[in-house]
Amino acid sequence: MNSKAIETETLAGMAGPASRHISRDERLIFENSAPGKRGMELPPLDVPAVDPAASLGRDFVRDSIEGFPEVSEIEVIRHFTRLSSWNYAIDLGMYPLGSCTMKYNPRVNEFVARLDGLASEHPEQPAEVSQGCLRILHDLQKCLLAITGMDAATLQPAAGAQGELTGLLLIRAYLQSQGNARKKVLIPDSAHGTNPASVVIAGYEVQNIKSNERGQIDTDHLREYVNGDVAALMLTNPSTIGVFEERIAEIAQILHERGALVYMDGANMNALAGITRPGDFGVDVMHLNLHKTFSTPHGGGGPGAGPVMVKKILEPFLPVPVVVQKENGQYALDHNRPRAIGRVRAYCGNFGVLLRALAYTLAYGPGIRQATEDAVVNANYIRKHLEGIFDLPYNLPSMHEVVFSDARQKKHGVNTMDIAKRLIDFGFHPYTTAFPLIVPGAMMIEPTESESREECDHFIGAMRAIAAEAEANPELLKTAPHSTRVGRLDEVAAARKPILRWKP
Amino acid sequence: MYPSDYRYTKDHEWIKLDGTVGTIGITEYAQAELGDVVFVELPKAGTQVKSGQSFGTVESVKAVSELFSPVSGEVTETNAALADSPEKINQDPHGAAWLVKVRLADPKEISGLMDAAAYQAYIAEKAKEHSA
Amino acid sequence: MRYLPKSPSERREMLESIGARSVEVFFQSIPEKFRLREPLPLPGPLSEMEIIQYFQARAAENARGFTSFLGAGVYQHLRSVVTDALVQRGEFLTSYTPYQAEMAQGTLTAIFEFQTLMSQLTGQEVANASMYDGSTALTEAVLMAERLTGRHRVLVARSVHPEYRQVLATYAKNLGLEVEEVRYAESGQIDRATLTPEVLATAAAVVVQSPNFFGVLEDLPALAERVHAAGGLVVNAITEAVSLGIVRPPAEADIVAMEGQAFGVAPSFGGPYVGVIATREKFVRQMPGRLAGQTTDAAGRRGFVLTLATREQHIRREKATSNICTNEALYALVATIHLCLLGKEGLREMALQNLAKARFAQAELEKIPGVRRVFSGPTFNEFTLEFPRSVKLINAALLREKIVGPFALGTHYPELAKRALVCVTETAPRAEIERMVTAVRRILETPV
Repeated sequence: MNSKAIETETLAGMAGPASRHISRDERLIFENSAPGKRGMELPPLDVPAVDPAASLGRDFVRDSIEGFPEVSEIEVIRHFTRLSSWNYAIDLGMYPLGSCTMKYNPRVNEFVARLDGLASEHPEQPAEVSQGCLRILHDLQKCLLAITGMDAATLQPAAGAQGELTGLLLIRAYLQSQGNARKKVLIPDSAHGTNPASVVIAGYEVQNIKSNERGQIDTDHLREYVNGDVAALMLTNPSTIGVFEERIAEIAQILHERGALVYMDGANMNALAGITRPGDFGVDVMHLNLHKTFSTPHGGGGPGAGPVMVKKILEPFLPVPVVVQKENGQYALDHNRPRAIGRVRAYCGNFGVLLRALAYTLAYGPGIRQATEDAVVNANYIRKHLEGIFDLPYNLPSMHEVVFSDARQKKHGVNTMDIAKRLIDFGFHPYTTAFPLIVPGAMMIEPTESESREECDHFIGAMRAIAAEAEANPELLKTAPHSTRVGRLDEVAAARKPILRWKP
Repeated sequence: MYPSDYRYTKDHEWIKLDGTVGTIGITEYAQAELGDVVFVELPKAGTQVKSGQSFGTVESVKAVSELFSPVSGEVTETNAALADSPEKINQDPHGAAWLVKVRLADPKEISGLMDAAAYQAYIAEKAKEHSA
Repeated sequence: MRYLPKSPSERREMLESIGARSVEVFFQSIPEKFRLREPLPLPGPLSEMEIIQYFQARAAENARGFTSFLGAGVYQHLRSVVTDALVQRGEFLTSYTPYQAEMAQGTLTAIFEFQTLMSQLTGQEVANASMYDGSTALTEAVLMAERLTGRHRVLVARSVHPEYRQVLATYAKNLGLEVEEVRYAESGQIDRATLTPEVLATAAAVVVQSPNFFGVLEDLPALAERVHAAGGLVVNAITEAVSLGIVRPPAEADIVAMEGQAFGVAPSFGGPYVGVIATREKFVRQMPGRLAGQTTDAAGRRGFVLTLATREQHIRREKATSNICTNEALYALVATIHLCLLGKEGLREMALQNLAKARFAQAELEKIPGVRRVFSGPTFNEFTLEFPRSVKLINAALLREKIVGPFALGTHYPELAKRALVCVTETAPRAEIERMVTAVRRILETPV
C-alpha cells in the first residue's frame, strides 16, 4: 500500500485536494472536550438533594476537576472506534508471539460473562445466593486439576506473575513447616523475567543455572547446584525455546531427593494439554495462564488469571479462601484455614476471567487434545518452511513454538527487531524478539492452533520475502514499518523526558 | 581515542587519578554497546564504594547496566549535569560525562587496572568474539 | 471443532509437507510413561447453545434481581451500554500488550488518557496503566514507600479494608517489612494522637483509606503534615472511586492506591477489577506497572509508547520494582470510556446522588428504635450503624425478601459486633430503600 499516492490524489471537480480522513488524526479526548457537553445522563434524583459542603464540611469538598473531559455520546463512540482502528488484534490476524499463545477468544465467553446474575454478583454476598458463581469456580477447578494431574488449586492469583509468587510462598510455607524454609530458588537462564522478579518478592535469592548446548537443564550441573539451601527449581516445560525437557523425571528426582520442590511455569501448557500432565512428571506446584492456554482475551495487556495447582503436600497452605463443595452438595468459600499463607488479593479471584476459561474448556471437553495437536503441527510446519532461511540455534524437536535467530541476516546489517518491524508491513504482528536471553537475536514464533493453513502460508511467505529483502535492500527493514499510521517512535525521547499525561 | 593517562576495567569503566581523587566514567566502547542513554543512577556524595562492586546503573531504553567501581573509597562528587542530559554519556563519555569522583582509600589500587593499550587490545578481542 | 480452522485433509497435507507420518512424532520427546493414552475426563464438548444454557442455569442460582446494600470495597453503579459496545470491539478485546507501538496506537492512546484521568481525579502528578486491583495496588504502593525512604516499617490504619491489609501482610512477611496497626478514633478516622514523632520516626509510611472501611473520610492534610515532618510518606487507598466526584482529592498523599471498579466495572463476584497507583512525578522511577508516554515519530507525528520499561521485570528481572506483567488493561479502558461518558458534570452528579441517597437511607434507618449511628466522621455513600440484634440474623431475614443486607462488620472486627456497613448508591430506587427500611423495622420488632 502506498500511502503517499493516496495523499496527493485529488478528485476531479472538487474544490480542493482530498485530505486523509479525520480518523487518521484523531486527537485526545481532552482535546475534543468543551464545557457543557455530556455523554451520559442519570435518572433524576428521587430523594431530597444534599449540599455536600453543608453535609461534609467545606474542607472535604473538591473543586471542579480541571481538564476532565466533557463530550457527547457520539463523540465517545467515534473517538474510541477510531482508536480501535489503529490496533492490530487476533480478530484481524496471527500474532506469532512465542510463549504468549495468542489464540482465538471465543465470543460465547463474552456473552456468558455478561449475563445478569453473573456479572452482577457481589463477592461479599451470602453463599446461599452465590451457588451459581461458586459452582462455576468449583467446576473450573475440577477441569484444571484433571488437565494438570494435580491435587488441589487456588483460583485467586490475578495473573501468571502473581501465580508464580503464590507458588513460591506455598513452597516457603511447606519447607518452613518441615523446619527450614531454605534460601535460594534455581532459575534457568532461559526463563521469563517474571520468574526471578517473583523469587525476590517471595524473599528468596535467585540462582541462575545455565542451559546446556541443547538449551535444556544440564542434569550434571543441577546435581552440583542443588544443596540444602535450595528450596526449588523453577522451570518452564516445554522450555522457552519450545523444547520438552526430556530428562524431567531425573530433574524432579534430583530436587526431591534433596527435599526441594519443582515449580513449573505453565506458560507453555498449550503444548501439553491432553497429551501429558505435569503432575505425572514430577511437578509439585505450577501456575496456568488462563489468558494464554485457556483463551481469555488479552484486552491490550490484561486482565489475566494465574491459578496455581498443587500436590497434596502443599494443600494446607493455599491462600484463603479455597473453593470447596460441602458434604450436603452446597458450594462454599472456606476461610477457615489456619495454615494458609494469607491471601494474595482481595476476594476470590478474577471471576470473570475464570468463567471464560470454563466456557472454553466446556467447548472442547475431552477433545482438547486436538487443539494441542493443531498448535504443534502449525509450529512445525512453519519451522519446516523457514529452516534453511533463518538460523536455527537449537536443532531439537519443537513443540508448539520454534525459536530462530537473526544470525544469517545480521551479516547484512539487519537484526531481529528490523525483521520484526518489516513483518508489520506484511500485515502481521511481530514474533517475540527480545527473549529468551540464551538466544541472541531471538525470533520466537508460536502460531497456536487458531491459525489456518492459509494464514501459516502467508506468514511463511512474508518471512521468506523479508529474508530476501534483508540481502537485497536492508534499508527497507531498518526503516520499517512503512505502512502504519505512525512510523518508528522515538523511545529514547520518551524515556529521557517522560510525558505521562495530557495537560491543558 | 582512549586517553593514555586513564586506567580501564574489564567492565568498561575508566578512572583518571588526580592525587588521591579519581574521576570515574564509562568508556566509548561501553556507550556504543548501550546505545542511547536515557537515565543514570548515581550514589550520593559520602557513599562508600568498594572495588568491583556496583555503585549505580546506566540505562538505555531496553537495558540496564550496572556500574562497577574500579577502586575503593568515598564518593566526593556526582556529575549533576547527567540528571537532565544523560545523552552526554553518548556524546562525551571520556570527558564531560564523568560519573563520580572518589577519594581513594588506597591510591596504589589503581596499578592493578589496564592501561590504554591493554584496554584497546581487550576490546579488540571482544569484537572478534562477537563476530565469530 | 468450530475454533479450529483446519479441515482433515489440510491436517494430512501439512503433516506430509513436514515429512511426519503422524502428529505423534512431535510428542516423542515426552517420555512414553508420561504420555496420556486416554482422553482427559472432562465435561463436554458443548455446543455454543449448551454453553449458554449451563451459564444461564448458574445465573439463576445467584442473587439475580435482588436489591443490594453491600459496598465494602465493591460498588454497584450505573453503566452505559456504550462502554460494552466499544470494549467488545475485537481491536480492543483481542489485542495484545502494546509492545509494538506502531500497531497498537489505539491501546496506547487510551492508556495515556486513562493515566491522565486518574491523575486529574486523585490530584496526583502521574498515574500508571493499572495494577491488578486495589488490594495489590496498595501493597505495591507500600513497597514503593519502603524503597523510597529506606525505612522498613509501616503503620497501617485498622480502618483500611481488612482484605487489603491481609494482602499486605502476606507480601510483607517475606520481605522483612514490619507492619503495625494504628487504631481508629471515635470519629472513625485514624487516631492521629497515637502518631507521635517517636512513633513516626522510623516509619516509611502511614497507610490510610479514604473513605475508609467504615465509610468515614480521613483528614489527609492534617495527617500528611505530621507524617511528612517525620520524613515519612502518606499512602492513601481509595476503594469507592466515585467519591472523587465531590470529595477533595488526596493531593497531600504521596502515593495513592485506588480501586477503579466503581468506574463502570461490573461487580462480577470479585473480579476482574482495575487497580491504579498515582503519585508525584519525582517518584515515578520507583512506581511499578506499565506507563504510556508521549513521543513523536521521525516525521514529527505524535504517538505513544510504553516507556520507563527498565523498571519492569522483563528488563530488570530480579531487581524489578515489581513482578507484574499482565495488568488490567481492558478494564482500564472500561473505566476510561465510562468516565468520558459521565464527564465532569456527570461524575459530580453521580456522586451527589450517592450522597443524597445515603443520607436519606441513614435518616430513615436511624428512626428505628435501637438503630444508632456509630462514627462521627463525615461519610460519602457508606455509613456504619449499630443494631440491637445480630446483623447476620437481620440479613438472613432480609435475604428472604430478596434484599442483600449491609456488611456485618463483626466479620472482621470483633469489637464491632452488631454493627453494619450500609452502602447506598445511585442505583437504589427510593422505593427499594424504603422497602429495606420497612423490612428492617419489621424484623427488629419480631421477637427473636
